[in-house]
Formats: sequence, C-alpha cells, structure tokens
Amino acid sequence: MISTILIIGGGQAGAQAIDTLRREGYGGRLVLIGDEPELPYQRPPLSKKYLAGEMAADRLVFRHRSFYEEHQVDLKLGHPAVRIDAAARQVEVAGEMLAYDRLLLCVGAESRRMTCAGAALPGVHYLRSLPDVAPIQAGIKPGGRIVIIGGGYIGLETAATCRAMDCQVTVLEMADRIMNRVVAPSVSQYFADEHRRHGVTIICDTRVVRLEGGDRVERVICADGTSHAADLVIVGVGAVATTGLASAAGLACDNGIVVDEYCRTSDPAIYAAGDCTNHPSPRFGRRVRLESVDNAFEQAKTAALNLLDREVRHDRVPWFWSDQFDNKLLIVGLGQDYDRQVLRGDPAARSFSVCYLKGRELLAVEAINHSKDYMAARKLIAERALLDPEKLADIGLPLKEAV
Amino acid sequence: MPKIVFIEPGGARREVSAQIGITLMETARQHGVQGVVAQCGGACACSTCHVYIDPAWLARLEPREEMEEGMLENAWEPRPNSRLSCQIHITADLDGLQVTVPQRQRDV
Repeated sequence: MISTILIIGGGQAGAQAIDTLRREGYGGRLVLIGDEPELPYQRPPLSKKYLAGEMAADRLVFRHRSFYEEHQVDLKLGHPAVRIDAAARQVEVAGEMLAYDRLLLCVGAESRRMTCAGAALPGVHYLRSLPDVAPIQAGIKPGGRIVIIGGGYIGLETAATCRAMDCQVTVLEMADRIMNRVVAPSVSQYFADEHRRHGVTIICDTRVVRLEGGDRVERVICADGTSHAADLVIVGVGAVATTGLASAAGLACDNGIVVDEYCRTSDPAIYAAGDCTNHPSPRFGRRVRLESVDNAFEQAKTAALNLLDREVRHDRVPWFWSDQFDNKLLIVGLGQDYDRQVLRGDPAARSFSVCYLKGRELLAVEAINHSKDYMAARKLIAERALLDPEKLADIGLPLKEAV
Repeated sequence: MPKIVFIEPGGARREVSAQIGITLMETARQHGVQGVVAQCGGACACSTCHVYIDPAWLARLEPREEMEEGMLENAWEPRPNSRLSCQIHITADLDGLQVTVPQRQRDV
C-alpha cells in the first residue's frame, strides 16, 4: 500500500507529477520538497518576456497556492533535501527525516559554470532560476554593453531580449556556428543573420580565456587576445544534470540519473523525471538526456502513473522551441544519426523548415516560423512515416503528402 | 472583472472571473479548468490549450495569426471556431464569453 509519496524538486516535472497523481486518484500523503522558496513556476519566460519586464511574477506560477491546499499537497519549499537514506526510505529536510513509500526525483539541471580567471567577479551572471533575473535586470541599461558567453538557446534568447531593451550586445560562441548542437547549419545561419540584422554582434570560433575587472567585470578576453568591454556578462554555456543527492544515495548516475522506460532508478522505490534523467528513448533506440519543458511534463506524467503501479512506458517524440526577436523556432524529433537534410522553402522568405531523414524515415524537423510543418512532423515522426525526399523539398506540398 | 464560462470536457459548466490583461489559457489554468493542458505555457508551440469559442463571439476576437493557424490545423478535432486560448487576451469586452474545452487535446 502506497500511503506517502515524496517529490523532490518543484519545477515543471514536480508540478506535473502532483497534478497527475491527484487527477489519477492518489489520496495518500503527498509532499513537495524544493530548495527554491517559490511555488513551482515556468522557466522559459525568464529569458524572454519576464526578463523584458512584460510579464508579472504571478503569471509564472503553474498553480496558485489554493490549488496545493485544495489538493492537500504538503509544501516544503525553500528547504533543500539534504540526504536520501534509501535503505530506510527517508529523506532529510530542514533537520527532519521524512519517510516515504515512493520517492520521485525531479531535481532538474544546473547552469554549467565558467571556471576561468575572473569568472567569480561581480557582474557575471547565469540565467536559470527566478532569483537570477532581478540582478540582470538591474544591470540592463540602454546603451549598456552586454557580453553573452555561449550562443545556445539561453544566450541567444537573452541576447534578443537585451537588444530589444536597447543594449549593445555581443555573443561569443566557441563553435563555428551558433546553436551548433541543436540545429542544421542553414538554421544557424538564418538566426545569425536575424541577430545581426537587429544589431547583435555574433562572434563564433572564439574561446573565452579570462574575465577582467576591478570591483566588477569590465572585459572578456578571448584566446586570440581580443578584448570585449562589458558592463554585464551573462553566461549560457549549457547545463549539467543535478545528481549529487542521487549519487550520494547510491543511485546509478551517468550524465543524469539513470532510469528505465518506466522512470525507475536503480532503487525500486525511487523514480526520476525531467532534465535530471538519463533515459531510454524507445522511438530513437538510444539513451538520451533532454532539457525541455515537453520531456519534463511528459516524463513526470508517466512517472506519476508508474508511482501508482500503472506500468506505462515513457515513449515520446521530444520537441523544443525558442523565441528570438519575432522568430519562432520549433523542433521535433532528434536530428542525429541521419543521412540527409532536406530544406523546405527559402530562408529569405522567413518561413522554412529542415527535415532530417535516414533513408526515407523522418527523424526530425526544425521549423522556422512554420507551425504547419512542425505539427505535421510530430505525428509523422511518431508513426515512423517514410517520405519521399524529392517531394519533401517542395514546401508548397503539405509535409504529410510528401510520401 | 469579466466573467468567462468554460464548458469542461465532461460537460460541467464553470463560470469564472478573469483578470484583464492575462490570456484565456492563463484564466483557465488559474481556475483549474479541466482539459486546458497548455503544456508550453503560452508560447504557441504545442496546441494543447485548444478550445472552441461560442460562434457568436468569434468576430469579436482578434483574428488568428498564421502561427496559430498552423498549430490548429493539426490540433485535436479542429473546427471553424477553434482557437488556442493562449493567444486570446482578456479584455473587458469579453464579459460573458463562452468557451467549450474539447474532449481531449492532441497528444502525439
């Protein structure tokens, strides 16, 4: 009999698991433990509308406090879980040992930190959580010089937001193109052009070696000796799964907390979901660790069902999005192990997509301002549809008819 | 505060007070209206906040933009009065708006 479920981590996954557990009729004790004091909130707007001051903080929360009261969720927020005693099935939080029948870890990921000289200077910021935003906003002034280290989603979304707030923005990227790990070269090129058109300076193939300044950061120095003056530095160089608590409890961890397709860790009473997991993708036939709203939501839903012994597999086609200036990038599937990319449409028309094929099988689509291709692709990829590459190149033909 | 009526998938009628300036999706979520999933949180990236608008009210809303149009085409059972509730902003004029939540949301 399962009478107490503890959830550690009050992000997207933790909030969703609560919703699913109560909706599915779980009537036992339910405790949410989180190190952040806020009610579970959405992170995506932090680099966009919220940073721009266009969205109030109360619009970030998934549910207001009344929801948790009504659904009898015991909130232990602002108190990090210190330790899991897996043998005794207890979690230590705020000096108290809480017993569980089942434990769900939704502990997410954390910003990868810069370790070079000067990385700890005041004025160097990361952007992942709500408290990160106010200090950045305080440093944003019209005409202010902002250097962003890392040309990934966070770096570029933040660059677009800061530029719209009249800052001088420079993005420094180590690879030869922005978003190189997540999109095709033609998509990188399109977004680089968009940023430059809006006045953002993008410099690729450059490696930051140190940050300099007196009381606060003043310059970013690259390996080739170039120096970039900065009033504010924002670092977006990726994230690492939060595994400290799990590995200290003896759970298998390897680039994330290792779970099976039922979201079970190596301990039969402990499950995990969201950015923190390394999980199998049945559709793509390999293990993945995904940092996305979609995966946090869906895996937490599945984990919640499995906490109630429903035996449901997590088998989804992942999707992602990014907003930069007035462009919406929508990605579905995993663009790896492909043998050909097909461009649909003309980037100059500001609406196009790139399809990834292995043979005739559609693996992934990156749609730029083209929601039709994206929505059609979600279905086609899940169904393992086979498409005709020649027909696919004709954007006038709906994606689902390119067979 | 404008009153909005939601008909939930089971047929239950929920009349709620909506805050001006937020979206119809956020209104549904704040009040725990069943069936408005809103997975992407209002980014027009998932279609899971799809609703049917009382046809009498359709013309009083700002029209769909192309991005929403493309999302709705592949939403669950789209109809001419389909909208993504994240794209509708609450104004005083919407007092009395009636919205029906589909039996389910697209889940692929």
